[in-house]
Amino acid sequence: MNDMRLSERAVDAQNIKIAARNVQVYYGDNHAIKDVSVDIEDKTVTAFIGPSGCGKSTFLRCINRMNDTIDICRVEGDILIDGEDIYDREVDPVQLRAKVGMVFQKPNPFPKSIYDNVAYGPRIHGLSRGKSDLDDIVERALRRAAIWDEVKDRLSAPGTGLSGGQQQRLCIARAVATEPEVLLMDEPCSALDPIATAQVEELIDELRQNYSVVIVTHSMQQAARVSQKTAFFHLGHLVEYGETGHIFTNPEDPRTESYITGRIG
Amino acid sequence: MTDMTNAAAPAAAPKSSLLQQDARTRRRNAAETRFKAYGIAAIAVGLVMLAILLVTIVGRGTGAFTQTFITLEVALPADTLDKKGNRDPEEMKKVSTFGYKPLLAQAFEAKIAATGGLDSDLDPKKMAGILSDSAPAQLRDFVLADPSVLDRTVAFEFLASSRVDGYMKGRVSRDSIAQDKNISVEQLDFVDKLIAEGSLEKRFNLDFITGSDASDARPEAAGMGVSMVGSFFMMLVVLTLALPIGVAASIYLEEFAPKNWITDVIEVNISNLAAVPSIVFGILGLAVFINYMHLPNSAPLVGGLVLTLMTLPTIIISTRASLKSVPPSIRDAALGVGASKMQSVFHHVLPLAAPGILTGTIIGLAQALGETAPLLLIGMVGFIASNPPDSIASGLLDPNSAMPAQIYEWAKRADPAFYERAWGGIIILLVFLVTMNTIAVLLRRRFERRW
Ligand SMILES: Nc1ncnc2c1ncn2[C@@H]1O[C@H](COP(=O)(O)OP(=O)(O)O)[C@@H](O)[C@H]1O
Ligand SMILES: [Mg+2]
Repeated sequence: MNDMRLSERAVDAQNIKIAARNVQVYYGDNHAIKDVSVDIEDKTVTAFIGPSGCGKSTFLRCINRMNDTIDICRVEGDILIDGEDIYDREVDPVQLRAKVGMVFQKPNPFPKSIYDNVAYGPRIHGLSRGKSDLDDIVERALRRAAIWDEVKDRLSAPGTGLSGGQQQRLCIARAVATEPEVLLMDEPCSALDPIATAQVEELIDELRQNYSVVIVTHSMQQAARVSQKTAFFHLGHLVEYGETGHIFTNPEDPRTESYITGRIG
Repeated sequence: MTDMTNAAAPAAAPKSSLLQQDARTRRRNAAETRFKAYGIAAIAVGLVMLAILLVTIVGRGTGAFTQTFITLEVALPADTLDKKGNRDPEEMKKVSTFGYKPLLAQAFEAKIAATGGLDSDLDPKKMAGILSDSAPAQLRDFVLADPSVLDRTVAFEFLASSRVDGYMKGRVSRDSIAQDKNISVEQLDFVDKLIAEGSLEKRFNLDFITGSDASDARPEAAGMGVSMVGSFFMMLVVLTLALPIGVAASIYLEEFAPKNWITDVIEVNISNLAAVPSIVFGILGLAVFINYMHLPNSAPLVGGLVLTLMTLPTIIISTRASLKSVPPSIRDAALGVGASKMQSVFHHVLPLAAPGILTGTIIGLAQALGETAPLLLIGMVGFIASNPPDSIASGLLDPNSAMPAQIYEWAKRADPAFYERAWGGIIILLVFLVTMNTIAVLLRRRFERRW
């Protein structure tokens, strides 16, 4: 625990970006998320930690309604983004997902060129006015994902030909290209080697300037390194939520403590 | 429990050497060797069968691609062919093929006179009997097409009759024709003379590939061409109906439909349909398309509709398999950047599944191309000596046959010359099927999965 470099904890009074109230998720009869309420702040990195199968991914996928694509999945309760209920009948999940980007556990670039990977979102959402505008958007997204220098000479090469870490940063670029307000990341580094992980973590810290970032991670060091807020899930319950430094040094719940001390990494 | 393991383990352990196989290992190795031998034997049997099949087909079928031709100079006297002398084709049509027949006999007579007599006293009419029955018609068509050739002597290439052709190909001999009133030994002697003289020879016959079927009496003139066109129009119908319907159904079932008992029932039924004998589709087509909807009998359109029904399950099953093989992470990725379900399917899933879909479609088409049974029921089997259709509508609606139906029809006829053509037709059909399957394999290779 001592060697963890805790990132800066200065969280000034910020407004709430995502507010979840009494969220329940069922997969058929399996009650996967039990009565979770949480406030996630803007321009903050929030980490979800917990033993595997506790519902971190499930809760994360509620925030952009990716669970809608699973037939047996049922979500109850309210999730508000900027005060608007995203499970309202009027909300189109496709529109929501343009606003809430997602990066998946396994890098999943489209089997298309690097350029087309990044340009896809802006294209389908009509964000660009013409070719040069789209070029700018692509370049900006790739720069923001800290991969521009590595790929600028081969934008027409297939995205699937990049290394794992580059692919994941390409996926991040693809997600930020649609100018989302929230970025969800489900164990984005679990398929990456330590060097690529370090690059992506650095990137996440920079992304905090513009987005509210929610990251699921199984590595507590990673949570400690990149996040300002941490939520600990256990068996579908949100056990503890607070400042990352506080959770790691001074957990209030015995379950949190045993998880943090019992299983490192 | 105690007998084997305990006895062997502690006692034998110090003595066991890796250089010496124990009994158990030897038995295992022997079993493995035996199994490999069975496998190799099975494959060998398959290969031998394939070799026999190919050798037989090629051996019996290649003859159909060559035909015996007789070159003959025929005088075309105007006084018999154009009695009024005004070169009016309408008037000249009054002279039927019977009017042209004597010209052939005269031509042979002249030829014999020029080359110095004949050993036997074969009369010129009998000489002309070695020509195909289509020879007078060929003369007549030539004259009607261009009346200015009258009063000239023109060199023609006539098909020899199927007996003479059989003689050239070794199917007919002097012994085998004892009971045959279509040809005599004297005529064969005459044929030998013509061969020696160089006016009778066997060579490649394009008409077998492009021509139309001919009546029982003229096997030498029969060709696959028109039935090929019939098959082509049927495949056109199958492709334009089965591909879009099959792909749309598969996409809906695989990507959009909720998974419940209704879709389960549909799924099971599609698999069952794929196993339904094709003749069932044939009788369905007869009942629905012909008896109920009153579409024309023997029309490639109806054949195509029936084959569409038959091919749909194959296309749906292979399309669904290739949609399933596209990893879900691609769909997630598309949905994650805010693509709609349809956008994710059409922009990402479908292009990745396309090679598989095309492969399945081509294999389905190949199946349909070789299908005969359903055609029996909608009247596409039988003698259809039509000319090639002159428009797409007539191609779809005029009575026609299909390649396998044509082959079946020839195999049914008594004359061994037709039997040879049936084998030749098999070769043409196989060339099509092998080509289609090769394209399918190449497509699969070319677009190996790229993720
Ligand atoms: N697609 C699914 N269908 C059915 N059950 C699921 C599905 N995804 C997750 N679950 C269940 O939901 C629970 C939480 O899973 P998940 O959110 O993936 O956990 P975590 O990401 O924390 O490891 C588990 O019990 C899991 O079995
Ligand atoms: Mg997970």
